[in-house]
Amino acid sequence: MTQKLTLLRGVQAINWNRLEDDKDLEVWDRLTGNFWLPEKVPLSNDIPSWRTLKPHEQLMTTRVFTGLTMLDTIQGTVGAVSLIPDAITPHEEAVYTNIAFMESVHAKSYSSIFSTLISTAEIDDAFRWSEENEHLQRKAQIVLDFYYGDDPEKRKVASTMLESFLFYSGFYAPMYWSSHAKLTNTADLIRLIIRDEAVHGYYIGYKYQQALKEADAARRDELKDYTFELLYELYDNEESYTEDLYDPLGLTEDVKTFLRYNANKALMNLGYEPLFPKTATTVSPAILAALSPNADENHDFFSGSGSSYVMGKAVNTEDADWDF
Amino acid sequence: MVHLVYFSSTSENTHRFVAKLGVDAQRIGLRASDPHLRVDRPYVLVVPTYGGGNGAGAVPKQVIRFLNDPGNRAHLLGVIAAGNTNFGTAYCIAGDIIARKCGVPHLYSFELMGTPDDVEAVREGLRSLWQRQFSPTPA
Repeated sequence: MTQKLTLLRGVQAINWNRLEDDKDLEVWDRLTGNFWLPEKVPLSNDIPSWRTLKPHEQLMTTRVFTGLTMLDTIQGTVGAVSLIPDAITPHEEAVYTNIAFMESVHAKSYSSIFSTLISTAEIDDAFRWSEENEHLQRKAQIVLDFYYGDDPEKRKVASTMLESFLFYSGFYAPMYWSSHAKLTNTADLIRLIIRDEAVHGYYIGYKYQQALKEADAARRDELKDYTFELLYELYDNEESYTEDLYDPLGLTEDVKTFLRYNANKALMNLGYEPLFPKTATTVSPAILAALSPNADENHDFFSGSGSSYVMGKAVNTEDADWDF
Repeated sequence: MVHLVYFSSTSENTHRFVAKLGVDAQRIGLRASDPHLRVDRPYVLVVPTYGGGNGAGAVPKQVIRFLNDPGNRAHLLGVIAAGNTNFGTAYCIAGDIIARKCGVPHLYSFELMGTPDDVEAVREGLRSLWQRQFSPTPA
């Protein structure tokens, strides 16, 4: 790439006591509150578990992590940074710098996993694979073209797709191992990344929707068409990428369900209705439980037996009673 | 008749979900300067889950202020929570916290602005909840 990123013009000293959009501070607080470093996760406890994986299972896992490293590197050094000149408020600029840094933390954390579990030669092999895998390179190229492009809203859509959709062909693997009680510390680290990406996708998608409010109907239609076309293009490519990684383990179809489930969430982050129906997005209970133990609990009282509800006695509440 | 009270930030996710339900609903104000909402009839509360780390700050402050009013608590039938499974154990935890605090059932959880299946399930669930709660018992 020879294009030079446009830097922000007209910088003013940022005043956090004059907010134009309360969402900026809310998300800043959430991101800084969630801050973590890979050194806090006891990855070395996974060494015995790693040794129980078969060679082809180890190979898939290392390749998955190099693919994720690639995406986090793109998002840290280009994606989040490219959003800064488009920002409407100075606080939005600051939030993007936080996102960019955290993506670099994510990218580095995969190296922590590698150095804990595999040899230098295996690490190099895995990185070589990621450089040569056409589907991984293609997904990188598709988003990068929009990052370097001249449409701020398309850039936000591509960024939200990366944050909320493109990572998940990779995130599946550690959730799968976790559901089999393997590599559980690695899974804990990945869950921290998954949590961060949710806030990133939510925020960039939110800023996209704010921009849409200012747009006329023709522009809104153009961006909606673009969003769905991009999703289809990326989804096609993700299917091929998923086959490359997971066919040897016979997991491809289960991963694709997970992809569609997350594609729907990426669309929702952008303010659009989900595309794939429930039948195509029902993630296997073990994977969902590995992601969120709470999602497994049945909170659907509505479809229960229809027994009458017992009304509890309400207690007096004051601010101090709540989890602040 | 089914009645909802809900909170939604400027992301409008929860607002969109409630709008799709097509039922009678009142919105809790976003700003401290907004007038305090008083509800004088039975309702179900729909809230997003904030935070996402350790569960601190999961219930939006505006919702806490609303529920600190004993009159409002007295009419609360149950809570529906929004969230994101990416937040792991904190997924829809605002619903659990309110349910425990106010002694009402956590009726349903959904992600972001909800899928068409979520809308269908909640619409049907609310209808039958109201029927069970408020229809005269047959003699």
